[in-house]
Amino acid sequence: MRTFHSFSMAFTALRRNPMRGALTALGIIIGVSSVITMMEVGNGSSQSIQQSISSMGANVLLIIPGEQNSSGISFGSGTAKTLTPGDCEAINRECSAVRAAAPIVKARAQVVWGSRNWVPMAIAGTTLDYLTITDRENLMRGQPFTNRDVLNGNRVCIIGKTVAEKLFEDENPVGKDIRIKNVSFKIVGELAPKGANMIGMDQDDIVLAPWTTVNARVSGESLSEPNQSTDSTTDTNTLSNLYPSTGPELYPPQVDAAGNSTNMQVRYATIDQIMVSAVSAEAIPTAIDQITSLLKDRHRITPGKENDFGIRDMTEMTKLLTSATSVMTNLLLCVAMISLLVGGVGIMNIMLVSVTERTREIGLRMAVGAKSRDILLQFLTESLVLCMLGGIIGIILGHSGAMLIAHMLKWPTAASPMVIIVAISVSVGIGVIFGYYPAWKASKLNPIEALRYE
Amino acid sequence: MKPVISIKNLCKEYMLGDTPVKVLKGVSMEVRNGELVSLMGQSGSGKSTLMNILGCLDKPTSGEYLLDGEDVTSMNGDQMAIVRNHKLGFVFQNFNLLPRTSAIENVAMPLIYTAAHLSKHEARKRAKAMLIKFGLESRMHHVPSQLSGGQQQRVAIARALINDPPLLLADEPTGNLDTATSREVLEMFQEINETHGTTILLVTHDNKVAESSRRVIHISDGCMHDGIYRKTEDA
Repeated sequence: MRTFHSFSMAFTALRRNPMRGALTALGIIIGVSSVITMMEVGNGSSQSIQQSISSMGANVLLIIPGEQNSSGISFGSGTAKTLTPGDCEAINRECSAVRAAAPIVKARAQVVWGSRNWVPMAIAGTTLDYLTITDRENLMRGQPFTNRDVLNGNRVCIIGKTVAEKLFEDENPVGKDIRIKNVSFKIVGELAPKGANMIGMDQDDIVLAPWTTVNARVSGESLSEPNQSTDSTTDTNTLSNLYPSTGPELYPPQVDAAGNSTNMQVRYATIDQIMVSAVSAEAIPTAIDQITSLLKDRHRITPGKENDFGIRDMTEMTKLLTSATSVMTNLLLCVAMISLLVGGVGIMNIMLVSVTERTREIGLRMAVGAKSRDILLQFLTESLVLCMLGGIIGIILGHSGAMLIAHMLKWPTAASPMVIIVAISVSVGIGVIFGYYPAWKASKLNPIEALRYE
Repeated sequence: MKPVISIKNLCKEYMLGDTPVKVLKGVSMEVRNGELVSLMGQSGSGKSTLMNILGCLDKPTSGEYLLDGEDVTSMNGDQMAIVRNHKLGFVFQNFNLLPRTSAIENVAMPLIYTAAHLSKHEARKRAKAMLIKFGLESRMHHVPSQLSGGQQQRVAIARALINDPPLLLADEPTGNLDTATSREVLEMFQEINETHGTTILLVTHDNKVAESSRRVIHISDGCMHDGIYRKTEDA
């Protein structure tokens, strides 16, 4: 009842002098609307920065097999053939912090079309998820290969721009057949150009094909020779590569050894790497934990034993990502605080003028029985109502301003309810803080002098 | 019957720089319930100071003041505000109505500060009844600038009486009015005094105004010359 009274009184008082009220609220309106506009534009920019950084691979984890050791001679990391396509599928299925995981089988070989040839930086056998992880789902031409192609080991591929230029110059490569180590692959699509990555490797100098095909026909690793250091890939191709008597086996039957509690000794189809993208940059540590425990389980690594795999993350890039966003947010916060402060000082000015102007009214109210607390409350409520109204109008104006900017300048914006809550509480806070001094001054007036004030 | 105002040896000192200035030098008087009293004095005689003390807007330096039987001198600011709200009505020379506020809201204003917390509707109903009583029914929703001086003063009197106080203090209520309107207002005071039994203290320096009351108190140089009851035909 009491609160309702003071609010209705404040509204009545403000209605009595709408111009003064409007001018006072203007400071807050401008402050809040600029805060909202800047926060929405800033959030949009920072989100798009985050997106572009993560498309550079900040969310990406690389799972590599462990080292192979033979009589004390290490073959370096990634030499043990311990990762299986099953691992990749299990990660996809069971790790909640993982957006996608793609197996990678690497090969390096000559690619021939007509009289031209080229050795691309990478021939990668993978699945469709690779395109999701590297953010290259939009092809420049053609279509990506399908899951069916992967299951069947079809001889299809997608090539990067550099490869297309070297082999086809200006011609459209889609539909052409190229030969990789004398195995013919039909080009189904061309990747959109991406340029070099952070360490200067050309990401367009690439041929992507189903991992089953690459595993069976290109990298040509004999399953009995898991050691990569004995190079079997440079052998001249044999007829068995051209016309393999059996198709690639996705899931070869397990042998007894696989059921043993010891590490699996025999591998059938192994892959070189698993590329994983986490759902967000913040989810990377969770993803690492989930993958580690899953693979430990699958590889039967008992506690105390060394892992037969390693996980690499792009720490540097993640750091860049978080610092870029925090700098952006802090900058915006500073600007926002300054404009709100200016608005608040404006409120205090007008309230002080208002108190002086209404000295007689204050005197009269005191004479008819208002306690100094009543006067304090009256002026505080007035400034609070002004700030709240200003805040609400400011939010509407600021939001429409941001939408206008998004529409006209095509800038990305992102509305956030958090910003609106903060803006409202800040304008209420300003109403109380900057309205308090004038209200206190009013409540301390001497009624005799106030009544006599001209 | 207990007196409405009872002051004994009331003193008031102001500090003017370092030198204390005695404005009231031991004033004592009693005003009985239902009286209409005029307080006369030159400017600088201390009558405004006395009015402020009687109106609970100021505290005496020493002395005793019982208003309607209550000791006011020992009260704090908030208690004094409550006393002003319940026991006192003020009428000022310059009317002191809230600008840009309708007559009815001006009259209802003191009700905001009553302890009873009347609803807005209830407050307006009481204010309306008050305005009808003073013949301002057609002016209820006019703002002060649309009212004549006499009408403004009537609105101010209605406001002073809204809480039905036992004492009405009028500080030069006819000072800003022409002769005809002054007479009207003074007749109103007499009527209120007779029908409601409200005690009225009129401050004036106009002998004609003072003539309308039965008792005139003169004050000069901070001392009181107790007023004589004027002999009227019936007294």
